[in-house]
Amino acid sequence: MNRPIRRVALVAMLMTLALLINVCVNFLVRQESLNANPQNRRVTDAAFAQDRGAIMVGNTAIAETVASKDQFKFQRRYPQGELYASVTGFFSYNFGSSELEQSYGSQLSGSDDSQFVNRLIDLATGAKPRGASVQTTLNAKAQKAASDALGSRKGAVVALNPSTGAILAMVTSPTFDPNDLATHQVADARSAWQKLNGDSANRPMANRAVREIFPPGSTFKVIVSAAALDAGYEPDSVLDTSSYRLPGTGTTINTTCGNSQTLKRSLELSCNSAFARLGVKLGSDALREQAEKFGFGTKPLSDITSVASRFPEEIDTPQTGLASIGGFEVAATPLQMAMVAAAVRNDGVVMQPYLVESVRSADLQVLSQTRPSQLSLATSSANAAKLRQMMVGVVQSGTGWRAQVAGVTVGGKTGTANSDNVRTPYAWFIAWADNPDVAICVFVQDAEIAATDVAGGRVAAPIAKSVIEALR
Amino acid sequence: MSEVVAFRKRRGVELTMLILAMGLAVGAYVLVSLNLTAKLPANWLWGVAIYAVIGLAAHVVIRWRIPYADPLLFPLIYLLNGLGLAMIYRLDQGTNPVMHSAELQLTWTAISVAVFALVLFVLRDHAVLRRFPYLMFLAGMFILMMPLLPFIGFENHGAQIWIKIGSYSFQPAELAKIVLSVAFASYLVDKKDVLALAGLRVAGIDLPRARDLGPITIMWLASLAVLVYQKDLGTSLLFFGLFVMMLYVATERPSWPILGTVLFLAGAFLGWRYYSHVQTRVSAWLDPFSNWDQNYQVIQGQFGMAWGGLFGTGWGLGRPNLTPLAKNDFIAAALGEELGVAGLMALIVLYAVIVMRGLRTALTARDPFSKLLAAGLSFVFALQVFAILGGVTRLLPLTGLTTPFISQGGSSLVANYAMLALLMVVTHHARRPLTPTAEPLQSLAHETTQVIAVPSRTSPPVESRSPSGDTPHTPSSADELTQAIPSGAAADGEPTQAVPLGSAPDEPTQAIQSNPRAPWPPENLNRPGRLS
Repeated sequence: MNRPIRRVALVAMLMTLALLINVCVNFLVRQESLNANPQNRRVTDAAFAQDRGAIMVGNTAIAETVASKDQFKFQRRYPQGELYASVTGFFSYNFGSSELEQSYGSQLSGSDDSQFVNRLIDLATGAKPRGASVQTTLNAKAQKAASDALGSRKGAVVALNPSTGAILAMVTSPTFDPNDLATHQVADARSAWQKLNGDSANRPMANRAVREIFPPGSTFKVIVSAAALDAGYEPDSVLDTSSYRLPGTGTTINTTCGNSQTLKRSLELSCNSAFARLGVKLGSDALREQAEKFGFGTKPLSDITSVASRFPEEIDTPQTGLASIGGFEVAATPLQMAMVAAAVRNDGVVMQPYLVESVRSADLQVLSQTRPSQLSLATSSANAAKLRQMMVGVVQSGTGWRAQVAGVTVGGKTGTANSDNVRTPYAWFIAWADNPDVAICVFVQDAEIAATDVAGGRVAAPIAKSVIEALR
Repeated sequence: MSEVVAFRKRRGVELTMLILAMGLAVGAYVLVSLNLTAKLPANWLWGVAIYAVIGLAAHVVIRWRIPYADPLLFPLIYLLNGLGLAMIYRLDQGTNPVMHSAELQLTWTAISVAVFALVLFVLRDHAVLRRFPYLMFLAGMFILMMPLLPFIGFENHGAQIWIKIGSYSFQPAELAKIVLSVAFASYLVDKKDVLALAGLRVAGIDLPRARDLGPITIMWLASLAVLVYQKDLGTSLLFFGLFVMMLYVATERPSWPILGTVLFLAGAFLGWRYYSHVQTRVSAWLDPFSNWDQNYQVIQGQFGMAWGGLFGTGWGLGRPNLTPLAKNDFIAAALGEELGVAGLMALIVLYAVIVMRGLRTALTARDPFSKLLAAGLSFVFALQVFAILGGVTRLLPLTGLTTPFISQGGSSLVANYAMLALLMVVTHHARRPLTPTAEPLQSLAHETTQVIAVPSRTSPPVESRSPSGDTPHTPSSADELTQAIPSGAAADGEPTQAVPLGSAPDEPTQAIQSNPRAPWPPENLNRPGRLS
């Protein structure tokens, strides 16, 4: 009977081994995601019990931690309330966190690997551990101006430094006050959470600047123009601007600008028929390739969650015509369209946009510093110069005249996306300026004017103007 | 085991290890309070004194009644018990107002050790348990199925493995595993030769004969009933695994465990296919986050262990109270949180050492009943630990079994201490030296007919020292049964003499009268009577 007993002992050993290995596998494979789970109360409570670092704009904290006398030692506070909600996100007890509070959570709480030495020193000296602070690239004046100019309208504004990719302003509206979610009054936080998430008409928690895509309308014509210049067109090449019946369909795009114009003038007047015809001639592959060179199809931002803009893969000829004027299934984030303007301003070079300048430990030692990096080359330097010239024309003598700023060279492009005639149109305006060096995209979701009007120039361009003026 | 191993009593080792174990447990208890409040627990001297006195009293009883018992089993188990007490105390401190279940558990420890001592006093020789295999089996099955009875059986967290009388609840499986181990051991000692007969040979494996499939079928159906109606994979695995493993040890036929594994997997698959509660358990195992509310306990246990990390938060510094039922099913998760992966692994190894000591006893024991019993008790213990720790750490679907000696719960503790007493009685008999016999052992090793008991009252059958498993020619067919015919029978291959069940200890022909303390039963006393 001893041989089977030995084998049973072997089985018992294997069971033990399986338990031991499983415990190790849990530790190696599952632990990290379990501790990163926002519903893990052990982790959130520990985070609440910690002196979390600040999020800074310039020398001002837009998210900070103050002492608290209730069940937790510290309270997270957002002095500017709604203004920076799309950047800081919120830090709540029951609902996790979002935006920078989430993506830089480990640095802010001081648990990041880069702060290992600081933790050791704190442990040895008995000092209370403090989190690192995150320095953003935002410009307080630009953010304020953008927010004020947008007002209560649904939409978003993104401003970039074209030569670095640093984000100077990022506004989305309507938004929320993160203080409502950060409160330690659990019931208040819950009702605020329910109210914010229940508002399906306004969706205040949505980040329209980087996480929603919309048809870009006529602003997409800048991309078509770039593709055309690349294909050998010149700004003064004459285009057929007569009414254009989309091939194989009964749909006609009526002309609004006569029967022939130069490419430059077509852009200034935003001729739909001309650009639809041009786009079909260039072909959908050339348009897609050009859009992807500007950053379509990739998630441009790594500091907070962003989505990729889209030029459809499956597209036929009439759809290409519509796509050329920013219709059909073409959709872009305001950040992406700001990158288009920035690339034109920056000699065709698309810079990787970023939101965090540096991370500093509590003793102000730099833990990480963002270096500007090139994302792609959208077009040649010469073509970029031609595009600049064309976009300046749009502002000086075209649909974008409301964005003129005395003493500043401003180039821009309006856009009005009215995919159906029932919904009020989306108003777009993308622009760049030479002094201050800035690229801007303004998007107003609810332009509240007649669908036929050129909403981009009327509604969006003045917002861009006020941001440029704020930066002077 | 051809060499003769002479075991010593090793009670000094036991005492040393016991003091070490108690030191660890008391350290844990004091650390909890120091870490939580920076003060020693109120009345801590009383707590420590009671715990120490119980342990030392048990040691004295062991020294007195079973001096040759395995020296590690009791210290190991008392360590587990102490760690359990410390963790229950720690979990008491995490509630508001502070609970007092650790005091209750300490009382139950005292009662359990009293039961342990009682077993040692009453059960001088475990062989008496062998008398009523069928009665034992029926009793064991009844106890196992008790949670399905109306009024007293009740469902707790999706598993109907509890009974409740008044305010007192109990998991009958804890008791059933002892009773059924004894029943299987006594039944299989009688039947092993028949069940070892080969039937059809498939792929190099001798399958059992179809007519011998009755017992395994009954156990399979019973385990399916447990799975389907009691809704607990662990309990089902426990008893079917126990039976199959003992069948294998008794018959030495690998076809039994193979058949058993196939049957169990088929049953588990059918249960999963047709019963939604089994599917619920499986989905909670594979993807607990698919249903936050339903799998809240599993998720919280996972969070706790992840929070503990490699070395744990330290006693009293984690948040194990966030996990529901942390004192019962999920006490291993609480230990994993505060002692970390390292502590949890140490815990698993502690259990493994206990199992290995038990199986070692099965190897050393001199008679098949003791071998089967020791192996059965050890293996069922191993299975239980595997099922519950595997469930908590998500190796297996979760079961509602208790973590032996650690979980809160008096009845489970009493049953497990009773099991420990039984196992230690077996170890005592296995390790006890035999009185030297008149003739040297080797003299019979070369004989062709080795085991014929002598009718004489004076010369003892020396073969009785050699465990059957080591004889090179273990009976595998009916004709070999003749070797074990007791005195008086003709050695011509006819199993004429049917020794009545249970009468054996008084068998006058046993020829060990000269030494009343010799082990019983001697190896040669196989009973062929059931063959016809």
